[in-house]
Amino acid sequence: MIPAITFKNNGINFKEKAFKKTLTLSAIVAVIILIAIFFTLLVNSFPSLKALGAGFFYDKTWDPVADEYGALPFLVGTLLTSFLALLISTPFSIAVSIFLGEYYKKGIVAETFKNVIDLLAGIPSVIYGFWGLFVLVPIVRIIEIKLNVPPYGVGIFTSSIILAIMILPFSVSLSRQVISMVPDHLKEAAYSLGATRFEVITKIIIPYTKSGLFAGLLLALGRALGETMAVTMLIGNTHSIPTGIFSPGNTMASVIANEFSEATGKIYTSALIEMGLFLFVVATVINIIGKQIIKRFTL
Amino acid sequence: MLKIALINMNDSKSEIEKQTAHRNRKNKRFKGVIIAATIISTLPLLFILFYIFRQGISAINWQFLTHLPKPVGEAGGGVSNALVGSILILLVSCIIAIPVGIVIGIYLSEETKSRLAYYCRLAVDVLQGIPSIVIGIIIYEWIVRPMGGFSAFSGSVALALMMLPSIIKSTEETLKLLPESLKEASLALGVPYYKTMLKIIVPTGLSGILTGVILSISRVIGETAPLLFTAFGSPFMTTDIFKPMSSLPLIIFNYATSPYEDWHQLAWGASMLLILMILILNIISKIVQSKWKVQF
Repeated sequence: MIPAITFKNNGINFKEKAFKKTLTLSAIVAVIILIAIFFTLLVNSFPSLKALGAGFFYDKTWDPVADEYGALPFLVGTLLTSFLALLISTPFSIAVSIFLGEYYKKGIVAETFKNVIDLLAGIPSVIYGFWGLFVLVPIVRIIEIKLNVPPYGVGIFTSSIILAIMILPFSVSLSRQVISMVPDHLKEAAYSLGATRFEVITKIIIPYTKSGLFAGLLLALGRALGETMAVTMLIGNTHSIPTGIFSPGNTMASVIANEFSEATGKIYTSALIEMGLFLFVVATVINIIGKQIIKRFTL
Repeated sequence: MLKIALINMNDSKSEIEKQTAHRNRKNKRFKGVIIAATIISTLPLLFILFYIFRQGISAINWQFLTHLPKPVGEAGGGVSNALVGSILILLVSCIIAIPVGIVIGIYLSEETKSRLAYYCRLAVDVLQGIPSIVIGIIIYEWIVRPMGGFSAFSGSVALALMMLPSIIKSTEETLKLLPESLKEASLALGVPYYKTMLKIIVPTGLSGILTGVILSISRVIGETAPLLFTAFGSPFMTTDIFKPMSSLPLIIFNYATSPYEDWHQLAWGASMLLILMILILNIISKIVQSKWKVQF
């Protein structure tokens, strides 16, 4: 609590008040920034909301020349890449979390792996994209030739792999903490009954932490949905609905990145901003739900 | 009868032994799987670092750091404009984000229960989760459109907005760790509250705040998406922050997606430069954290 002290000296009293005012004001500013972000997005997507309505989300054609804006292909692309990425990264993220939260909590091995995983979060998205373009794309192309599908190289699958690598640290950082927070007496009780470590992990730790693990996945999903640069470079940027996991596509974020600065016409820009609004709302909801779960878990 | 019972007992004993052996095997196998999966998870980082350093090391030389990019077809050229641009843009965003972040952090560490603190904390959490491309749109609407053109300044504001949450969080967490007695001792001596906060509490927690600031810089230094429609990029050397400006992540994006071999080479060099900067910032933050610890 900020103590309520008053001084007889008016100079100090004034500075005192000014300081407290500044603190309170700054907190208000933070809230206002967020509200302003939401309203900026909302107001600027009005033209598109009015002109396109709900059709925006189920219309299949995105053709700015013909003034047709249906975001379904991008919605599908976003969901497909994100969930595929989550599917690929989840086994690994849970394994790493068990490794760091249960098997190797302290010591040099733990520190090394922790730093490596943290560094994975530090590599810029654009470098992931660049690396993916020159290393991953040729590999995927070979796989595609083997599987007898058109060898684009770029596409949903390639983007999902890069996304899976990128979101791993986000779910690990939370899941690791949650797993290391399991009370010792629960584990010890199981050990005293003769349980093996495997049984303790699968029958005690995972059931006990499942809401926390879920929150970790949720936050990682939130990251994946809004991830832009790497996906923009690897997804192939086509405006049609992806027909399979190897086909090229587009996500909402990548469409905005590609077209926003060249968008002419009110509805075109506005439609892009509406996608931004959608991403904002989804990311915010996921974030808040995730944080609530964590809060309930740690209480 | 007795014989049969005995045989049964022997049987069940071996049955238990078998089961135990099976469970132990399972236990070992599981540990093996976990270790293997963990090692596999770290491989991408090694591959990426190895590949970028192999490609980038040949690109980096004196000319690379001091020259402007050459037009397509001419070999050589450098990324000096992007390097200067990146540093300038970051400098301005630090000037904006650090004071604001620290002040909000102080507020949150002091007020734990008020309603405003609750909403402020929520706002910071949400701000942290906003996709970077959306930040780009916002700054475009707030600054680029009213000012009538792309500018490095707008890019700085976008990055500052992305730095804010982690500066706020690290300030709040650090100051919360300081004992209440420190503040009370100062207040009891008659030191005004604002002086107590600015001269006692903040300096004591400085290393923690600094670590947060350095980490937030290392996090936004490679951000590209918010710069696409704000700083925009420029082929020239410019130090005017109200003009479009190039930056390292922007040229990596532009050159990487171009079809020219020379440009790819520049992009590899720029990637390596960027990764080196991030590594150095991370190491500095680790040093600050351990050498100059907030201890109580």
